Amino acid sequence: MVKRMTALAAVLLVCCLMVATAGEKKRYAFIFKSTGNPFGEKLMEGFKTAIEESGAEAILRAPDLPTAEAQIMIIEELIAQNVDGIGLAANDPDALQPVLRKAMRQEIPIVTADSATNPESRLVHINQADPELIGRVQIQAAYDMAGGKGDIAILSATSQATNQNTWIEWMKKELELPKYKDMKLVKVAYGDDLRDKSTSETEALLKTFPDLKVIIAPTTVGIAAAGKVLTDKNLKGKVFLTGLGLPSEMADYIKNGVCPWMYLWNPIDLGYLAGYALVGASDGIMTGTIGEYINAGKLSAKTVVSAGDGGTEIMLGAPFKFDPENIDQWKDVY
Amino acid sequence: MPEARTISADKPFSWKAFFLQWEWMLLVLFILVQVANSQLSSYYFNFDKPGDSAMKLIDATMTFLDKAFIALPMAFVIIMGEIDISVGSTVALSAVLMGVSNKAGLPMPAAMCLCLAVGTGCGLLNGVILTRFKELAPMIVTLSTMIIYRGIALIILEDQSVGKFPLWFEFLGWEYVGPSPFMLLAFLVCALIYGVVLHKTTFGRQLYAIGSNRTASYFSGVPVDRIRIAVYTLIGLMSGVTALFLTSRMGSTRPNVAQGYELDVIAMVVLGGVSTSGGKGRMIGVAISVFTVGYLRYGLGLRNVSAQVLMIIVGLLLIFAVMVPNLRQMAAEWMANRKRAV
Repeated sequence: MVKRMTALAAVLLVCCLMVATAGEKKRYAFIFKSTGNPFGEKLMEGFKTAIEESGAEAILRAPDLPTAEAQIMIIEELIAQNVDGIGLAANDPDALQPVLRKAMRQEIPIVTADSATNPESRLVHINQADPELIGRVQIQAAYDMAGGKGDIAILSATSQATNQNTWIEWMKKELELPKYKDMKLVKVAYGDDLRDKSTSETEALLKTFPDLKVIIAPTTVGIAAAGKVLTDKNLKGKVFLTGLGLPSEMADYIKNGVCPWMYLWNPIDLGYLAGYALVGASDGIMTGTIGEYINAGKLSAKTVVSAGDGGTEIMLGAPFKFDPENIDQWKDVY
Repeated sequence: MPEARTISADKPFSWKAFFLQWEWMLLVLFILVQVANSQLSSYYFNFDKPGDSAMKLIDATMTFLDKAFIALPMAFVIIMGEIDISVGSTVALSAVLMGVSNKAGLPMPAAMCLCLAVGTGCGLLNGVILTRFKELAPMIVTLSTMIIYRGIALIILEDQSVGKFPLWFEFLGWEYVGPSPFMLLAFLVCALIYGVVLHKTTFGRQLYAIGSNRTASYFSGVPVDRIRIAVYTLIGLMSGVTALFLTSRMGSTRPNVAQGYELDVIAMVVLGGVSTSGGKGRMIGVAISVFTVGYLRYGLGLRNVSAQVLMIIVGLLLIFAVMVPNLRQMAAEWMANRKRAV
């Protein structure tokens, strides 16, 4: 028994020693909201490219569930590894504050991308596009698709997702304009960026609101799930779909007419910019004050501007429209 | 003249039996995890800076101890041969009510008491239902209350979160008493109390009796119903404690916190050597198991292992733990058969 134990221990030790320990390179980590999100994977791909261009090593992490608890645990692990910077897409704007404060006390810079934390918990946020524009443009799309009247429903990610919530606020503001007097927002449903939940939420929307004209899904997981449901139920022309989606996932639904057009920015560029901002922060070049310029590799230099929540941010650009005309060019890119 | 015979329940002491106890296996497992972790990641234990690294490891307990508070009374429940899967929802409901009442103007200390009271109430309700309707299985009753408690939390707060607690509230989950995190100290004290209660009191002895044979215990005068209510109330109270620590660590709360905690907790208890068929297990095993699972997850996290792989590894460990007693028995039978053949 004892002999066997020692043998086992020896084997384990040998296995362990074969795994080489990390080198002296700088290391930057990115934490996305949860695993299995194609947008997140593209974002992290861009982040990795930027980090590697600067000669450092990228660590890519995501929890199995889109919760703040799980992200707290990952951040603790990264602090223990003395990483040189952490980028993240936050699952909750406030719940990460204590652990991020701990990280910043140990001089680990924090940059958020896609979904921000509150301003106290970050140096700067990388914003995909002006949230006002993203919100308004989706309502305008719904207006054009529905012919100016009818019920609208929103299928969002989690109810705490900072980015989606900001866009939805702007959508509601746009809807207050007199132009939209015949359009009504009947419900905001939350698919939690999980495929099965987004599917069942879409089905529930269709059942509860038989007069529904447009579903707006400002999340890549939600819009793809809704596209599938509308296609399967053969609701093309009766219920329209728009929102923010990945061209590769949405190409079929854009071509079959379920989703006449949708918007997005380039998630790879978003991650890439976050990577450069983080490297700049770690080198002490970027401090997150308004008016600073940062070098962003293949993207042109970007400026730090003030953000709507009282903090600062760097803007990637305007949302891009994908329709049957241009979808073929983009579906293989991301 | 026939020799006088004495009958005694005490077995003669044997070193072999002593070291074959599950708790020793666990300790070996714990040490293996430590060795493997420190080999896998130089950030886990840096031998150049032992003091610093030890501090970091003590620090790491804060990442997994919140749910461990429920593991202590869960050991009681499982020793009785029962189960409670409503604990995660109890945590969520207590935390949400604390957040909402604090936001509505209740001072934080009172809100914290409310949190504990809600947890205790949830546990008490489980206990009362189970003792009033004896034909209902604990699994079914706690499954129902698991859905109900989280349902209530969702009705109260829908999809929103509440936060903005006073800064001193972060003490629970983030601050230190001397070199030890407050959470670690609190857990060790609780574990000690639960250990003493289980192993040194009549109450503890009665738990084992109920787990071994509930009917026989009842007819021997063990107040089975009172004890069951007490144990379920206790697990509710500890769920409230977990809610306090978890909320302190997150700085805000919402209805979907603590999802899957029931499974994590049951896993810790079972790995700790508490038999799911009741009547067996010790508190020291549960305590070691809490740290084994916690450090395993933490160590793999330092290697940046992906979430899915991590779940598989913890699952494998659990299957191994459940299988070991069976394997041991199979091995013993095989040995006995071989002896007989010879």
